[in-house]
Amino acid sequence: MTGDKPYDNIPGTVIFDAEMSRRGYHLNQFCMSLLKEQNRERFRLNERAYLDEWAMSEEQKQAVLARDYNKMIALGGNIYFLAKIFATDGKSFQYAAALMTGMAQEDYANMMLKGGRSVENNRYKGEQSDG
Amino acid sequence: MAKITAGVATSHVPAIGAALDLGKSADPYWKPLFDGYEFSKRWIAAEKPDVVFLVYNDHATAFSLDCIPTFAIGCAESFQPADEGWGPRPVPVVEGAPQLAAHITQSVIESDFDLTIMNRMEVDHGLTVPLSLMFGQPKAWPCKIIPFAVNVVQYPPPSGRRCYNLGKAIRKAVDSYDKDLKVQIWGTGGMSHQLQGPRAGLINREFDTMFLDRLINDADALSMMPHIDYVREAGSEGVELVMWLIMRGALDAEVEEVYRFYHVPASNTAVGHVILKNKS
Repeated sequence: MTGDKPYDNIPGTVIFDAEMSRRGYHLNQFCMSLLKEQNRERFRLNERAYLDEWAMSEEQKQAVLARDYNKMIALGGNIYFLAKIFATDGKSFQYAAALMTGMAQEDYANMMLKGGRSVENNRYKGEQSDG
Repeated sequence: MAKITAGVATSHVPAIGAALDLGKSADPYWKPLFDGYEFSKRWIAAEKPDVVFLVYNDHATAFSLDCIPTFAIGCAESFQPADEGWGPRPVPVVEGAPQLAAHITQSVIESDFDLTIMNRMEVDHGLTVPLSLMFGQPKAWPCKIIPFAVNVVQYPPPSGRRCYNLGKAIRKAVDSYDKDLKVQIWGTGGMSHQLQGPRAGLINREFDTMFLDRLINDADALSMMPHIDYVREAGSEGVELVMWLIMRGALDAEVEEVYRFYHVPASNTAVGHVILKNKS
C-alpha cells in the first residue's frame, strides 16, 4: 500500500488494516491456535518450541515471549487475536490494556472508574502530553 | 406475516459475561450495570419475541485471518458457545431459525447485499453477552436467534451507510416472510472504547450521547459519518457502532425511545443500551 492513511495521525493507535494483517498473518494464526485447550497446554509447557512451529519472524516470537503487546501490535498483531495469549496466561482485557498504556493496573482501573481516558488532546499526534 | 417489533442496542464486554458467570453481578462494581438492564429483562419477558436477529461481531473466534467475511448470516439449526481462551461460557446453546434465516438470506442477496452463509459457526461473547444482559441466566434462551456477524476486526468494516441500507433490506425480507413471527433486531458492540496501545481506556461520553440521540432522531444523516470519526472520537474499537445502524435501518424513519441506559465503565468500555419501537 502507498500513501498516507487518514488514521496514521491518531496517537497511540495502530489500525489493523490489510497491510498490518499481511504482516501479522502468522503471528495472529499462532494466537488463533490457542483457542484449543490442548494447544494452550503445549504452549505453556514450552513456549519457544511451540512458537518455532509457526512461520513467524524472530522479532515476533521475542515479542510474544516478552508479552510485549505494543510490540506485537506494531508487528501486525491484532488485539482480538493477541487476547488468546493473555487468556492463556489467565489475564483479562483490563490487565492487557493497562500493560499497553504503561500504567499500573490499579491506576488504570481507577482511571476507568473516573470516566476513562479523555479524548481531549488525544485526537491527533502531537497534541497530547502523556499519550 | 412476520414483523419487526422492536430494535435493541447494547454493548457486549467479555468481562460482563465473566461477572455474571462467576456470580459477581451483585458486587458494587457490577451492580449499577446489571441494574440498568432490569427494565429490559421485564420488558422482553412481556414482549416475548419469537426470533432475535442478532447483529454482532466475532472477535477472532469463528473467523481467523484465513477468511474474513464482511457480512455472515448464521443459517444453522444451532450454534455452540465458543472457547475464547478462558474456556466456553456456561450459557445455553443458541437455537437458530434456519427457515427464516434462509428466507432473509435469499431476499437480502437479491437486494444486492452479498452475504456469506454460515451453516456451522461457534458464537463468542459478542453474541452471548447481549443475550445474558437481556434474558439473564435461563436454562434455555427463550427464543430462536439468527446470528449475523459483521467484520469489525480488519479495517475497514462496512461503512455506516452500507449498514443502514442493509438494515432496510433485512426489514423488507422479514416483512415478506409468510409466517406470523415477532422478530426483534439487535445491534451490539460499542460504545466508545479502545483496547490497544497507549491510548487504551479512551471513553467519550459526549460522542456516545450524540450517537444515541442521532441514532434515534437523525439516523439517515448519522449513517454518513466516516470511519475515521468513529476511530478518532470513540476509539479504535468504538467503530463497532456501525453495527447499531443495521438495527436502526430495519426500523421506521420515526421511532419511539422506549428505554435508554448508559454506564462507564465495564472494564475498558462505555456501555450503552437502547430499546426502540416503531411509532405506528
